[in-house]
Amino acid sequence: MTPHILTRSLNRSATVFLLVLAALGILLPLSNLLLPDGSFLHVPTYLISLFGKYVCYALLALSIDLIWGYCGILSLGHGAFFALGGYAMGMYLMRQIGTRGVYANPILPDFMVFLNYKELPWYWYGFDMFWFAALMVLIVPGLLAFCFGWLAFRSRVTGVYLSIITQAMTYALLLAFFRNDFGFGGNNGLTDFKDILGFNVQADGTRAALFVLSCLALGIGFLICRAVVTSKLGKVLIAIRDAESRTRFLGYRVESYKLFVFTLSACMAGVAGALYVPQVGIINPGEFAPGNSIEAVIWVAVGGRGTLVGAALGAIVVNYAKTVFTSGPLAPYWLFMLGALFVLVTLLLPKGIIGTFNAWWEGRKEKDEARDRAQRDSATAAAAESAAREDGVIERTMVKR
Amino acid sequence: MRIESKFQTSAPMSRRKWLAAAAGLAIGLSTFAPAKAADDTIKVGVLHSLSGTMAISETTLKDTVLFLIDEQNKKGGVLGKKLEAVVVDPASNWPLFAEKARELITKDKVSVVFGCWTSVSRKSVLPVFKELNSILFYPVQYEGEESERNVFYTGAAPNQQAIPAVDYLMKEEKVKRWVLAGTDYVYPRTTNKILEAYLKSKGVAQEDIMINYTPFGHSDWQTIVADIKKFGSAGKKTAVVSTINGDANVPFYKELGNQGIKATDIPVVAFSVGEEELAGIDTKPLLGHLAAWNYFQSIKDPENEKFIKAWQAYTKNPKRVTNDPMEAHVIGFNMWVKAVEKAGSVDPDKVIDALPGIKAPNLTGGVSEMLPNHHITKPVFIGEIKGDGQFDVVWKTPGLVPGDAWSKELDGSKDLIGDWVTLKCGNYNTVTKKCGGS
Amino acid sequence: MPLIRLLRPSLSRLLFAALALAFVHLATQPALAGPYEDAVAQFAAGSFADTEEAIGKLVASAHPRAATIIVALQDGRLFADPDAKTVFIKAEDGKVTDAATGDAVAALPDKASAVRLNNKLRRAVSGAMAGLTLLSPDLNKRIQAAQSVFKTHDETVLPTVEAALKAEKNAAAKQAFAEARAAILLFKQDASDVDKLDAIAVIKARGDQEAMALLTGVPAGQSAAVTSGIASAKAAIERNLALWSMVQNAWYGLSLGSVLLLAAIGLAITFGVMGVINMAHGEMVMLGAYTTFVVQEAIRTRYPALFDYSLLIAVPLAFLVAGAIGVLIERSVIRFLYGRPLETLLATWGLSLIQQQAVRTLFGPTNREVGNPSWMSGAFELGQITITYNRLWILCFTLAVFAILLAMLRYTSLGLEMRAVTQNRRMAASMGIATSRVDALTFGLGSGIAGIAGVALSQIDNVSPNLGQSYIIDSFMVVVFGGVGNLWGTLVGAFSLGIANKFLEPVAGAVLGKIAILVLIILFIQKRPRGLFALKGRAVEA
Repeated sequence: MTPHILTRSLNRSATVFLLVLAALGILLPLSNLLLPDGSFLHVPTYLISLFGKYVCYALLALSIDLIWGYCGILSLGHGAFFALGGYAMGMYLMRQIGTRGVYANPILPDFMVFLNYKELPWYWYGFDMFWFAALMVLIVPGLLAFCFGWLAFRSRVTGVYLSIITQAMTYALLLAFFRNDFGFGGNNGLTDFKDILGFNVQADGTRAALFVLSCLALGIGFLICRAVVTSKLGKVLIAIRDAESRTRFLGYRVESYKLFVFTLSACMAGVAGALYVPQVGIINPGEFAPGNSIEAVIWVAVGGRGTLVGAALGAIVVNYAKTVFTSGPLAPYWLFMLGALFVLVTLLLPKGIIGTFNAWWEGRKEKDEARDRAQRDSATAAAAESAAREDGVIERTMVKR
Repeated sequence: MRIESKFQTSAPMSRRKWLAAAAGLAIGLSTFAPAKAADDTIKVGVLHSLSGTMAISETTLKDTVLFLIDEQNKKGGVLGKKLEAVVVDPASNWPLFAEKARELITKDKVSVVFGCWTSVSRKSVLPVFKELNSILFYPVQYEGEESERNVFYTGAAPNQQAIPAVDYLMKEEKVKRWVLAGTDYVYPRTTNKILEAYLKSKGVAQEDIMINYTPFGHSDWQTIVADIKKFGSAGKKTAVVSTINGDANVPFYKELGNQGIKATDIPVVAFSVGEEELAGIDTKPLLGHLAAWNYFQSIKDPENEKFIKAWQAYTKNPKRVTNDPMEAHVIGFNMWVKAVEKAGSVDPDKVIDALPGIKAPNLTGGVSEMLPNHHITKPVFIGEIKGDGQFDVVWKTPGLVPGDAWSKELDGSKDLIGDWVTLKCGNYNTVTKKCGGS
Repeated sequence: MPLIRLLRPSLSRLLFAALALAFVHLATQPALAGPYEDAVAQFAAGSFADTEEAIGKLVASAHPRAATIIVALQDGRLFADPDAKTVFIKAEDGKVTDAATGDAVAALPDKASAVRLNNKLRRAVSGAMAGLTLLSPDLNKRIQAAQSVFKTHDETVLPTVEAALKAEKNAAAKQAFAEARAAILLFKQDASDVDKLDAIAVIKARGDQEAMALLTGVPAGQSAAVTSGIASAKAAIERNLALWSMVQNAWYGLSLGSVLLLAAIGLAITFGVMGVINMAHGEMVMLGAYTTFVVQEAIRTRYPALFDYSLLIAVPLAFLVAGAIGVLIERSVIRFLYGRPLETLLATWGLSLIQQQAVRTLFGPTNREVGNPSWMSGAFELGQITITYNRLWILCFTLAVFAILLAMLRYTSLGLEMRAVTQNRRMAASMGIATSRVDALTFGLGSGIAGIAGVALSQIDNVSPNLGQSYIIDSFMVVVFGGVGNLWGTLVGAFSLGIANKFLEPVAGAVLGKIAILVLIILFIQKRPRGLFALKGRAVEA
């Protein structure tokens, strides 16, 4: 069974993507850890965590592409699942600080001490154990997506309406997490982490390991997505995307399909968030901001909707552009460039980078093939001609022409 | 309306395509390569948001640092080298603050960073500064409860702003009833906690304190202003202590003015409203409302007048205002210059050790000193809003007030002190005689 | 300074009595040399304590010019030269006189600066001025003075109030004096219980927040009858106020609803009618607000007299500016994206970033000052609620914009074409309608209305590059809640969200109230997946 799924999901581009990812995931940390500081090929630690961040964004983009590109569900609130996963991880990291916090309270995180919490709120229980937190990284976003999707898909909320209420969801969560009474540190969020599973989060080795893990998660997420979209389920999803009513009339339970893929995508976003937090060192309600979710959708559009590889690439390209533009003399103007990038991509590359590239490649290949065919044809024609001449029928053909 | 677009699933990619992509990536990577630090300049990082929601406050501070560097270079720089500013835009995005801080220290090799406004941005970059051992000057009034080796806090701690303001209202205006109104984030929460404890210790009853929190950017103040009016009509003199965050202040004051709440009836004392914020409103209806700061542009002092003139010349805007966080950067910058000259090097460890005890003149006629807890001494002024958007100082502390890193009013922190000179500890517990954390 | 300390609490009382005296005996009292000149000179000493002392002495001197000096002090027209110890009054027409003698002076000395006041002094001075104007010939001043006495319930002015009450002809002023008298009697130690109970009845009849404050402030130790009278009066007022607070919440809700409607109405056209997810809508609102700023700035520097009309000038200009940019955006970007609503989201998001940064570069990142014209400042009382003029005008303005828009869609040929193109583009095209022209104009109209909204919002909110962002989500909620493609739905949606929000806010607080509204919207959409007023028919499927 497994080998079958694997062979089915791995076409050439998927294989290449995984190979590049694996190469980066192995080579970058190795160069960071093993090569000396001054060496030309040495990758500084700061780049490792920067790339780690990009990889997490890529996983988030992948999860959006799965539902938007293949099922037509445009979620403008996927940042919420990402942030919830991040918070679950952040809570674990906070509990790990223990007595090393500034107030040296063994149980309460610092922000609770100075806001006069007497005891740990019940929803913080269990987060001192990694397995529990890891489970919550999947369960919390998954459950929210399940409940939300169950309500929304059964009531046949579609299109723009769905997009706007997902936005309302993340906005409501944003406001809730900003409240200090909510018990998640309010605007300051969770920060100043010390270790993860006993390893110092700031050590080079841990950073490299987190980067490798993020690459691994992206790879697995990619494989899962490929497995889903190449299966029969995937065909139904595409049918839903292109003609929802028709699919329903054919007897498919559209809501169940949508619910499954929406929940799966939320879990992936949660994992992305959980890996993101220890690498950037902070989780704060700002991650729930509707603007962030919209931006994530834009990464997918830039890379190419419905291509999976494109989504990941788009996330990396846009964020890389952001990193470059926000430094140096261009810093005050970077929003112009980012804005222009979005406008130009929509106008000139409506299928995104990968989509356009594919189309161009297909076109070229077709042209090549056409030329080949033409050459082949003329070759055959020539061969036929000579054969015919030898046969003495050439005159007749000439006349025909 | 159906959202529809027919995309093909990914088509196979050829090896050639991937080669091209990899080449692109390689070119991209090369731009990350650490820039060679030029030996003839000292680099100074500027980490203030130039876009996004905080640009409104932080852009001025970026200009201030650039102005200070310019002035210093005219005097010949520091240690015989010119200063060079490295400006980045963390775009009001907190994880980006951490990323940019790392970039400034690792890639650009800056010797010191001036930056941050919100507490969350400071919290976000804090682990980075600790890990990479660099120096951050933080210029904004904040909630306290922090003293870190790598951070120097040149803004006011709560005891340098909130408590003197409340004292003033109690003594001079005979206020008996208090509204503590703030935006729901950590600075107002902590400040209000401290004030509540302080007021209770002065014999104010629980029912005479009303606490109200609103979301960021709150713009519809009708209900809350009506509530304040109601609370204020209980026969006792009432005042509002506002920790409302920048953006929400304009609609708040507009509503106050329109509902006819005058400063002579219910004065509002604000900790986040300065000359820059008032530049966006017609202040005539607000005559007499108060603000507590360590600096006002209107303070008559030769240093201040010289600074304002130079600043307006630098920005080529004769109406450009100055404010408290700008003064904090001025003090911080001068302290850093003196510390570097004292240490004879920009090595972070040496500069950090040299800084406590350094004195630099502030713009209001006094001399501020960097304390062992990395906060500074500052005078506290209470100003009343005038019709022209400036403040009229009606009261000031007799001398300079030393900043407390840890509030004496909060249970969790009353035993803590910060001392980086003798104890080498930011959160030393005077009861258990232990240094907390790490 | 023990003397001053003694003076402080009773300062206003003293001032008041003495000034009233001075006013009455203005002509007859001869000027006293010595203390009066000292008092005037002390205004030049500079500190608040000195000013306070000077006022006290000035009042005690009962000099005929004391009232003039106090008025000048209150208006910030009293100037002092700290070195020469001389004090001047600058009249409103700019003429300068010596404060002490009233002799004309050529000009203010260079060193002279206005005598400063703080809240405490301002309060004392204005309290005293109120007492002074109890007998003023100006009706409004008399009423104001009586209301001020109601708050201070200073028993030394009881005879004056009673005399004024007797002489008063005007009903409103009579009422005010009666209330002032009741307030004084209620607090008077030696007033009889009968007087006090009468007083309580008068105050109860007033029935507002201040009456409540007065009753709460009555010191303990009253007789049983008075105490129970106060308690029952307080209970009655409380019931009354609770009722009014419902009305007040409803008004606040309407006002918030009108702001939401104004912000959303342009979106109802671009998003609702055209199907373009216009993320740059908020920036159109921002452009309108900045247009108002530019107009006001031009008026301030060139034609200050026109300031009260600045908004009237700004409305058409904002419509044109935002509308023109809207048409530009439609022609250059959006027209290539019809039928791909999600791509418009992406492109318009990019455009919104560009516009924000452009405004930030042009006008700077800080707030810009947009003033309220005089007819939009202040408030009036309706029963027990305060209605501010700016909110009232915004409500009227919103409804007017809505009505005009509705009429335009219904009765003009452009409106007809717009509806035709929305309902069936190909059919409309074959009927000879230039669909692309209609598209551009519709988008321009929606953007222009957003610009108009910006003019109104500049009156209650920040004018900053972030202005638009704070309204975009709310606007989308309103349009979706009301039902896409239906202007009436937007109207009902905006007002119901506004009112629901304002009724939740006192119960749950501002933050939780807002969260509750969002959750309600999410649940409501489950119940009615196409909003409050769903479009019916085949257009829905398109």
